[in-house]
Amino acid sequence: METSGTLPGARLERDAWWQRAAPLAALALLVALPPLANACGQEFYIGFASRVLIMGLFATSLNLLVGTGGMVSLGHAAFFGCGAYVVGILATEWPGKGELALLAWPAAMAASAALALLIGAISLRTRGVYFIMITLAFAQMLFYVALTLKAYGGDDGMSLARRSTLPGIDLASDVSFYYVVLTLAAGSLLLSGRLAAARFGRVLLGIKDNEARMESLGYPVYRYKLTAFVISGAFAGLAGALMANQNSFFSPNMMHWEQSGIALVMVILGGLGNLWGGMAGAAVFLVLEEVLAAFTRHWAIGVGAILLAVVFFAPRGIAGLWAQRR
Amino acid sequence: MTVVLFVEQCLNGIQFGLMLFLLAAGLTLVFGVMDLINLAHGSLYMIGAYLTATLTAATGSFLLGLPLAVVATAVIGMALEAGLLRHLYRRDHLSQVLATFALIMIANEATRAIWGVQSLPLNVPDVLSGSVEVLPGVGYPAYRLLIIGVGTLVALALYVLVTRTRMGMLVRAGASNRDMATAMGTDIRRLFTLVFGIGAALCALAGAMLGPLLAVQVGMGENILILAFVVVVIGGIGSVRGAFVGALLVGIVDTFGRAFIPATLRAFAPPALADAAGPSLAAISIYLLMVMVLFWKPQGLFPARG
Amino acid sequence: MNLLEVRALVKRFGGLAATDGVNLDVRRGEIHALIGPNGAGKTTLISQVCGTLQPDAGSILFAGVDVTRLAADERARLGFARSYQITSLFPSFTVLDNVVLAVQARRGSSFRFWRPAAEETGLADAAREILQQTGLALLARRMARELSHGEHRQLEIALALATQPSLLILDEPMAGMGGEESARMVSLIEGLRGTYSILLVEHDMDAVFRLADRISVLVAGRIIATGPVAEIRADAEVRLAYLGEDEA
Ligand SMILES: Nc1ncnc2c1ncn2[C@@H]1O[C@H](COP(=O)(O)OP(=O)(O)OP(=O)(O)O)[C@@H](O)[C@H]1O
Ligand SMILES: [Mg+2]
Repeated sequence: METSGTLPGARLERDAWWQRAAPLAALALLVALPPLANACGQEFYIGFASRVLIMGLFATSLNLLVGTGGMVSLGHAAFFGCGAYVVGILATEWPGKGELALLAWPAAMAASAALALLIGAISLRTRGVYFIMITLAFAQMLFYVALTLKAYGGDDGMSLARRSTLPGIDLASDVSFYYVVLTLAAGSLLLSGRLAAARFGRVLLGIKDNEARMESLGYPVYRYKLTAFVISGAFAGLAGALMANQNSFFSPNMMHWEQSGIALVMVILGGLGNLWGGMAGAAVFLVLEEVLAAFTRHWAIGVGAILLAVVFFAPRGIAGLWAQRR
Repeated sequence: MTVVLFVEQCLNGIQFGLMLFLLAAGLTLVFGVMDLINLAHGSLYMIGAYLTATLTAATGSFLLGLPLAVVATAVIGMALEAGLLRHLYRRDHLSQVLATFALIMIANEATRAIWGVQSLPLNVPDVLSGSVEVLPGVGYPAYRLLIIGVGTLVALALYVLVTRTRMGMLVRAGASNRDMATAMGTDIRRLFTLVFGIGAALCALAGAMLGPLLAVQVGMGENILILAFVVVVIGGIGSVRGAFVGALLVGIVDTFGRAFIPATLRAFAPPALADAAGPSLAAISIYLLMVMVLFWKPQGLFPARG
Repeated sequence: MNLLEVRALVKRFGGLAATDGVNLDVRRGEIHALIGPNGAGKTTLISQVCGTLQPDAGSILFAGVDVTRLAADERARLGFARSYQITSLFPSFTVLDNVVLAVQARRGSSFRFWRPAAEETGLADAAREILQQTGLALLARRMARELSHGEHRQLEIALALATQPSLLILDEPMAGMGGEESARMVSLIEGLRGTYSILLVEHDMDAVFRLADRISVLVAGRIIATGPVAEIRADAEVRLAYLGEDEA
């Protein structure tokens, strides 16, 4: 996705061997993680890794919107939360059938996509800062609506009785759940990479670069942007559904604007418009949080300072540093 | 709906709106003139409230603590601008969001480290704790009236500053045409720092005045920051007049929404539905207002830029 | 046989009528030059023709169809293409990918999500042909933002050509070019004669007189004369209003 869009002639140059091998190595490491963690008696890290992958998926969906399409949204948590609530509501209202992953998760994606269609259709009439603020406003509305859903825990949120069920796989086990998350995250990443390199992604990059010119070339820009918004919302919804399962819990805080802010921070941290940006950003952010928290109660100061350093010294994120080393 | 309640809610709405204006005025100028999305604006409000509480406790007087806190926050704001934020003016909005988001994290955590996790006590000064008869038989808290008075005075002062002074002229020129502001030369940096300082002082004033009514606690900045952004966007980025109109609109709609929507719904809808939908409808009324305004005028009510 | 017909078009900016009842025809296959002093309203007129600016009154017909209310992208799909007076490209794309993006606009749907665009050899081949034609073939892999001003102007034309338009609208293609570059641009446009109907806005009178079949003169938002080159050269009013500055 970083191909001919942003790097000079990158499409025709072959990556260095270690750069081509890196994704495979990462995948191998992730596959090997549960047995390794078990062997070291650190089962905690399996759940942590699931959380990283889920947040990575959430950030990747936002990266498609911001990095590829140039639509800076500060309300992406709306779709994340929507996915979680769909899983929670189905499980509460319809124990048994509503807990089937094959039903609840696609339903979460569909609901988030529908919500994105509605919000996007209105928000995409505006641009720039106004777009940032209107997406934020919509997410806040949903946040407040969720706060007053007394039947689903109100502002406290609600616990799930158990995780969703998949035929043949016991999702209650953290290891099985981790592998399912890994599969979905890898699949989404693959999809996102294909999409970005396909015609659709090229059009989005063009819109990001010069919207007026795309229009005068004959592209119905609004329709492309709205489609991207909906796709992105659907994947954020999947991430939300997975997070509700991971924590066996959902709450209005999943829609809070700080959640949108954190996702945006992860994207910028990892690398805007880079296929790996969302995953890398989520990993770095959450690991940083974990490591600093081991040293001080006031770890947030450290995270904040590092983010500032990124803005001033690595404006293209981690992926940017990576690319410079060619 | 009784007349008393109506008058009371009107005054509450105006009072809240004026405080929102104090926050939004600085935000819209920083936004419009320096082209900076400053998410950390709410942190200055929080710092102002904390300093007021601390200095009031130290000096034993709210009337002494407040101005000291306002000055201190202005100094902090200017230092922040000169040391850090200045370097973000030419960067894209995303970098600004990231950097100022980081500042929120730092400010909140530092506040926790210094003052602890408990909220700080800040009380209405004794002389103002009574109520005043605004209409025959209608009492209204004296302290809230003071807020309205101070808010109105500051709004007037800002109006004079923006429309009648050289500095105001430069600022308006900058909001409507950034290149012009840049072309005006070297003292533009000092002007920006000064504007930022004034914005910080207004934040602190709002934090100090609202402190006794709301809780002085970590996170108070973010809640009100979002409202201030809503005001700025409704009014049109860079327009102080827009911020004023937007602030009063948001203050009144929010206050009336909370006061009357649940009751009104109960009169028309089945009680179960009314109890469920009333509070959320009240909470989202200002966001609905903003979406409607942007739908109708995508650049806000008073677009500063042509 | 008119391809484009502009009828009684009006556009006001505040008190200023930038377009003040303009009538203009572009015949199929002709190169129609639109000349006029700075601020006459040429770019404003073009923007309305292309649909990026809504007129206050009047109508625009394309091949007999009223397109006045159509959006810019809809008009582009009907066969309008425009090059901008102020260069408007995709700076973070390579030169080749700039043109590929334009080719892609007219070849099938771009709501395709799976197959890499880079593997669609049809797109790149068509784009290379356009680069060849516009003299940019050697720069294919350079980033658009790295090009010189003259090369930017060529790429502007290349983007417009790549959408296979029937009406080509060029807003000062030679603006800011040196003599040699201008000459190359003139022969490039000369090569397009007959294939496209062209509306050409240009200040360079030598170029206009060499290229144009007909000329319209726009002064202060009004067309004061339209006709074949020789007629316009001889027109006293035109000389007074406009050419006088250059040729007196
Ligand atoms: N968006 C706008 N708002 C207000 N006035 C405008 C706008 N666009 C153009 N104008 C004015 O309309 C008039 C016509 O401008 P236009 O750019 O169409 O002229 P032009 O003939 O293309 O000039 P040039 O040869 O310099 O390119 C000018 O007086 C210009 O200032
Ligand atoms: Mg022009």
